[in-house]
Amino acid sequence: MPERHTAPFVAAGPVISARGLSKVYGELRAVDGIDFDIAPGESFGLLGPNGAGKSTTMRMLGGTLGRTGGELTVAGLDPEQEGPTVRAHLGVVPQQDNLDDELSVRDNLYIYGRYFGLPRGYLKDKIPQLLEFAQLTDKAKSKVDDLSGGMKRRLTIARSLINEPSVLLLDEPTTGLDPQARHTLWDKLFRLKEVGVTLVVTTHFMDEAEQLCDRLIVVDHGRIKAEGSPRGLIAEHSTREVVEVRFGADRNAELAPRIRDLAERIEVLPDRLLLYSDHGETVLEALAARDLHPVTSLVRRSSLEDVFLRLTGRSLVD
Amino acid sequence: MSAPSRRAGVSGLRGTGSAPVLERGLIVYKRNWIVVISGFFEPLLYLLAMGYGLGGLVGQVPGPGGAPIDYPAYIAPALLATSAMNGAIFDSTWNVFFKLRFARLYEAMLQTSLGPVDVALGEILMALLRGLLYAVGFMGVVAALGLVTSWWALAMIPVALLIAFGFAALGMAATSFAKSFQHMDVITFVLLPMFLFSSTLYPVSVFPEVIQWIVKALPLWHGIELMRQLAVGHLSWVSLGHAAYFVAMALLGIAMTARRLRALFLR
Ligand SMILES: Nc1ncnc2c1ncn2[C@@H]1O[C@H](COP(=O)(O)OP(=O)(O)OP(=O)(O)O)[C@@H](O)[C@H]1O
Ligand SMILES: [Mg+2]
Repeated sequence: MPERHTAPFVAAGPVISARGLSKVYGELRAVDGIDFDIAPGESFGLLGPNGAGKSTTMRMLGGTLGRTGGELTVAGLDPEQEGPTVRAHLGVVPQQDNLDDELSVRDNLYIYGRYFGLPRGYLKDKIPQLLEFAQLTDKAKSKVDDLSGGMKRRLTIARSLINEPSVLLLDEPTTGLDPQARHTLWDKLFRLKEVGVTLVVTTHFMDEAEQLCDRLIVVDHGRIKAEGSPRGLIAEHSTREVVEVRFGADRNAELAPRIRDLAERIEVLPDRLLLYSDHGETVLEALAARDLHPVTSLVRRSSLEDVFLRLTGRSLVD
Repeated sequence: MSAPSRRAGVSGLRGTGSAPVLERGLIVYKRNWIVVISGFFEPLLYLLAMGYGLGGLVGQVPGPGGAPIDYPAYIAPALLATSAMNGAIFDSTWNVFFKLRFARLYEAMLQTSLGPVDVALGEILMALLRGLLYAVGFMGVVAALGLVTSWWALAMIPVALLIAFGFAALGMAATSFAKSFQHMDVITFVLLPMFLFSSTLYPVSVFPEVIQWIVKALPLWHGIELMRQLAVGHLSWVSLGHAAYFVAMALLGIAMTARRLRALFLR
């Protein structure tokens, strides 16, 4: 049995803790004083639109980017000061793949393990498992350049597991994956979580956040807008159901004031109106009673997307 | 609560060590050995074209200590010094910049237990290893052609490494300031004239005195002089001075690189 390189954390207190964490680029406050704690074994999400500061936060967690201010500990250490020690416990999946183009698929895993100082014997056993995990066994000798985007992504994720990390930092892990591969990955991440791995995930897919995260923060312009479980956030910031109606691009805004009273809240989007209510069907009936007949209509459950819209006044996916 | 002071010290800059960085370099070399070998022919081609081509016109020139030597024997040590410089500069500037910005190789390395010092030192060592390979090869040819006349010439190999180390350390420090390829071009802009003027192909004494002083302040001239003196075994305190120049340059380069490591890698 090869010696495990990373000792499991002593499960006392949060494994990651940020206080007033900030990163300033010139005038821009990319991360603007955020606080959060992540418990060992928890699956924690950062949800936010482009430019919210998610990747910047992730890179500070991994100690590959210095912070401008605030406190940060990962496994009780400051990642900026003790980078290599902290990262021995981390698996990092950056937003953009940074595989080694000059090496084969197999050698990518091998050398990455060596960067952690892992023994060759351990890697010899571990690499086939990871190739299996990434479904790349038959591509082991290919050059990285010859892989498809989704395959590269899978390799990057497999690579991050080489040191059996106790914390996985996943920056938009499923970007570039087809729906099937996404679900397979979620499944695999779930299994890692079951054996006690802490997951930190950024995403702007709310289904991903809802599937993967026990708890998440909604970030916008480098600040935390809300925090809670996906269900809790929806319950707190939205109604049970949402009615989506389209009257045609030119009439949506015009009709909005006339039906505002039918719902708890109304959002006017360019292509549709969102009516927030605990009873969607009732709203639809009331519309019909006023002789308003939308081109299309749909009643659905509230999602994190609605929470986001409520909190920031903006759509998550732009 | 006041933030505890965050040191900019060396803790966290070292991790696994440089061995895995070297190991990676060797795997890449193994795959691209033709490219690696080809670097060995460059100074050789210069030697043949200039040394024997131009040398036919020039005949003999005064060597170190004034005794006349054949033109190929005059330029061979200079070519060794120059190729040590070129290799080291290329590896520590263009290569580093490319891996940093485009291949994002260091980003991947630094998300493991490697520290910036491990990566920087590993890259410098890799460059030196390549330099060693070329120096040994070139020396073999030069010796076979009878262009060295002293056992001191064996010392040209470690001196080639010393020269390479000085340039690599300083080159990496310079790269930490570069933000774009335009900035990188400045390096070429400095190197080419240095190569042409540093008594590579003819003695520095042909220039007006002011230019001579400038040339003598620049590193390559010291490397070339030292190499020439070793080739014929004409050593003096001056030789030691030239060597000291490179030791100082290497130390300066390392100190600067160490200071700039965060700027270089953790941006
Ligand atoms: N090196 C840098 N220099 C200057 N500004 C930067 C730098 N890196 C990031 N930024 C800025 O910081 C802000 C946050 O960027 P970040 O990459 O963290 O966003 P994100 O939430 O990950 O977005 P996305 O969903 O697009 O990945 C952006 O406005 C970005 O332009
Ligand atoms: Mg991002």
